[in-house]
Amino acid sequence: MSKPKVAFYWCASCGGCEEAVVDLADAILGVVDAVDIVFWPVAMDFKREDVEALKDGELAAGFVNGAIRTSEQEEMAHLMRRKSQALIAFGSCSHTGGIPGLANLYTREDILKRVYIENPSIVNPNHILPQEKSVETEGTLRLPAFKDDVRTLDQTVEVDYYLPGCPPPVNLIVNAVTALVEGKLPPKGSVLAPDVALCSECERNATKPEKLSMKDVKRPHEIIIDGENCLLAQGVICLGPATRSGCGAACLNANMPCTGCMGATSGALDYGAKALSAMASLLDSNDAEEIKSMTAKIVDPAGTFYRYSLPASFLHRRVGRPG
Amino acid sequence: MLLRDEFSKNGDIRIGVYVCDCGTNIAGKVRVPEVVEYAGTLPHVVVAKEYKYMCSDPGQDMIRREIKEQKLNRLLVAACSPHVHEETFRNVAAQAGLNPFLFQMVNIRELVSWVTKDPDKATAKAKDMIRAAANRVLFHEELEPLKYHIKRNVVIVGGGIAGIHAALLLADSGEHVYLVERESSIGGHMAMFDKTFPTLDCAACILTPKMTMVKSHPNITIMSYSEVVEVNGFVGDFKVKVRKKPRYVDEENCVGCFECIDACVFKDARYPNEFDFGLGKRKPIYMPFPQAVPPVPVIDADTCIEFKTGKCPKECLKACGERAGIDFAQKEEIVELEVGSIIVATGFDSFDPKKMPQYGYGIYSNVYTSLEAERLFNASGPTAGELVLRDGSKPKSVGIIHCVGSRDENHNRWCSRVCCMYSMKLAHLVKERTNADVFNFYIDIRAAGKGYEEFYNRTMEEGVQYIRGKVAEVTDNAQTKDEEGKLVIRVEDTLLGMIRRIPVDMVILSVGLEPQHDALEVTKMFNISCSGGGWFMERHPKLAPVSTMSGGVFLAGACQAPKDIPDTVAQAGAAASEALALSHKGVIEVEPNTAFIDETLCSGCQVCVGLCPYSAISYDQEKKISILNQALCQGCGVCAGACPSGAAQQHLFNDSQLMAEIEGALAGVL
Repeated sequence: MSKPKVAFYWCASCGGCEEAVVDLADAILGVVDAVDIVFWPVAMDFKREDVEALKDGELAAGFVNGAIRTSEQEEMAHLMRRKSQALIAFGSCSHTGGIPGLANLYTREDILKRVYIENPSIVNPNHILPQEKSVETEGTLRLPAFKDDVRTLDQTVEVDYYLPGCPPPVNLIVNAVTALVEGKLPPKGSVLAPDVALCSECERNATKPEKLSMKDVKRPHEIIIDGENCLLAQGVICLGPATRSGCGAACLNANMPCTGCMGATSGALDYGAKALSAMASLLDSNDAEEIKSMTAKIVDPAGTFYRYSLPASFLHRRVGRPG
Repeated sequence: MLLRDEFSKNGDIRIGVYVCDCGTNIAGKVRVPEVVEYAGTLPHVVVAKEYKYMCSDPGQDMIRREIKEQKLNRLLVAACSPHVHEETFRNVAAQAGLNPFLFQMVNIRELVSWVTKDPDKATAKAKDMIRAAANRVLFHEELEPLKYHIKRNVVIVGGGIAGIHAALLLADSGEHVYLVERESSIGGHMAMFDKTFPTLDCAACILTPKMTMVKSHPNITIMSYSEVVEVNGFVGDFKVKVRKKPRYVDEENCVGCFECIDACVFKDARYPNEFDFGLGKRKPIYMPFPQAVPPVPVIDADTCIEFKTGKCPKECLKACGERAGIDFAQKEEIVELEVGSIIVATGFDSFDPKKMPQYGYGIYSNVYTSLEAERLFNASGPTAGELVLRDGSKPKSVGIIHCVGSRDENHNRWCSRVCCMYSMKLAHLVKERTNADVFNFYIDIRAAGKGYEEFYNRTMEEGVQYIRGKVAEVTDNAQTKDEEGKLVIRVEDTLLGMIRRIPVDMVILSVGLEPQHDALEVTKMFNISCSGGGWFMERHPKLAPVSTMSGGVFLAGACQAPKDIPDTVAQAGAAASEALALSHKGVIEVEPNTAFIDETLCSGCQVCVGLCPYSAISYDQEKKISILNQALCQGCGVCAGACPSGAAQQHLFNDSQLMAEIEGALAGVL
């Protein structure tokens, strides 16, 4: 019997998810033994045509990381969907939008202007912006269209499973591949991570005071974080309470707060709103001015609470007001 | 994927939508047939009907019949506010065998037809709201109401005439009343007055007997010099924290002989008595007025030598001797009361006329407020009832200016209701005590009340002059010899059509009524709302005038709106009878809107634990999750709002219901 075929593809992402696959280390040998990788642009020399040549549904699984911003990414998402029995959104960007999703705080025009005109390191005296089509003497050049907003994979095509994380933890990848090979995948639509928040597996949870509250808001560089106690009790915004577990509290073990890459549990309909609501509830003051000064210390609320999930949120993007 | 789609996978949902015309109240603006037709097209809606008055017997019968015939398992009535008829239709559902919490009320009257001008917009809005509710009910679940016993104690906040009257009625009926008053004596504003309009009853003569009855009533606990600082709980079972300020005289031991006051090292009273607005003087140990209840002096720590220097010979202590009434070590005390209902009777403040400097209050010494004039007229006041100017002489002419701060878009827009009448009373008293010339300056005379118009005529017959016009200013700038040394009132006499200058010796400003300066904090504490201007809001202006939106919290007196003594007493009686009706019912059914924690989703983060105001949530060390005690939960929803993983949810308001409702409402734009 031939081995199940799998493919990897990346869209708007940093490459960290690819790194995570490599991070499987010895375990990757098991994966390579068990499956036949037929497409993986970062590591193997296969082309789009090779995928197009596959029969529809010929891939047992397609792993797509990265968010969807350009027309090319959209096309590839559709292609991967068509060829895969199980399409897996791999990593935060593909799952909920990720860091690239924060671009939804700006308009397309703002982004192009910032990157190609205002950026201090750019020399562009004629203010030329990328064009989908430019006719030169040598011929016509084409670029993919840069869409109005960043979307998650499941806002583009139907997705069967989600492997959350920035990047997904190695053990969750191994579990997913094993389940795939053994045909023991859970119901479609599942997030392949425990459905309970991070505090449940964080060793610091045992140190929580009887009444958890924050007297002040501190950013990690402003204090020396002690290595044992709950970060919230130390005044550092830690999104562990709002975030799925499965990572083994890796950031906490490195003495840094959870920033929420694993996304919400199934009980929370909007990650950022829930996280914000929880943190706001912990601020220990009844004085409007004091509360104002505490919240002012959260310098980038959207980037703090929606760091990985703005496109997947109810808001999806900032809507510009006229003028 | 929309929540609605997610839900439609499970269960056979059959929704009935009933849209009420409410006569022309709704149908006059909303095109009801169009709305009904639209409702019929919504997913899971199997029947949609219009009826003229859905709350009438035939309307209710139709719904009951169709619930059975059509096997409806969700009911949606689009009519008036749930405050009016939610109960009605929940009963309809229950009578037809449908769990009442599978019903949802859509308010297309107060929220749509009454407040929307354009029929197209009103119709569209009604459709949106019905769509939202039809989405919401998909996620409704069967619930049972919670039943609680009602505690038979009542706390009354405010010891003015409203609080006193309500307290006596309740106490006579066998309820135990805690009467909380922040001043050192009960009595409120009424205790300041000399006479009451229009009957000219002596205020003290009719009030002080009631005050002493309160004092001696076995069912009343007076908590004077005390303030409510915290209210928890709900109808039938409130926990009220009261702070008793130290008065440094032990209420138990004091016998009310006042020898301590006589013995004070200050031989003469030298500090302004707040009760007289500083017109009279008091010692550091004093009674605000002779008939004060409880008849226990109070020591003002700011002026007492012992508190200031610690070196006073403490004559008061010696005079009290073994009665041991004086207690310099007394500390503030927090008392916790458990009561079934609360009557808020916190009264009013008077308008500060310094906000209208054109009337010269605080600039010219012989400009008084009406309350200061009341104290001057009062036989137990600073002048023993003599109306005198600052120099001790009697005025020969007095001007009384109505509507100071009232009916004025720069200040308070409302009519304070009592000023016309008390101005007439003051005019009468000026005539009676000094025979001076009296001029009343009014905008309109409002004398609607039993015997009021007659009293107005009587004062005119007594020679009081009424000049119609809003006074422009009070000045000491004399333009003629007659005006020298006088206060000149400049006014446009709108009946004569001319500008007049009236020189007088004394000016009395009839200041209006306004909400207490800390009314907003009171609303937050008791979870009640304010109407325009800051007056406490009744549940319904006509049909529930002393109830509030918070069950078990009732209103009495001028805290609800300016009113005179008869109206205040009537309202206090109504509030008392509401509280009594509640406690006699014994048991109350409350909304099953308690929270619950999904144990599989809870990570044990403990965000909710410290937030719960009722200590209903605790952390289970073994299960390593948070546990909610349903019996203690009051359904405030704080935990559900704060829970970062959606494990804590609230019945009737869970995230799915709310989001489905929002999705439905916004479906037109999503």
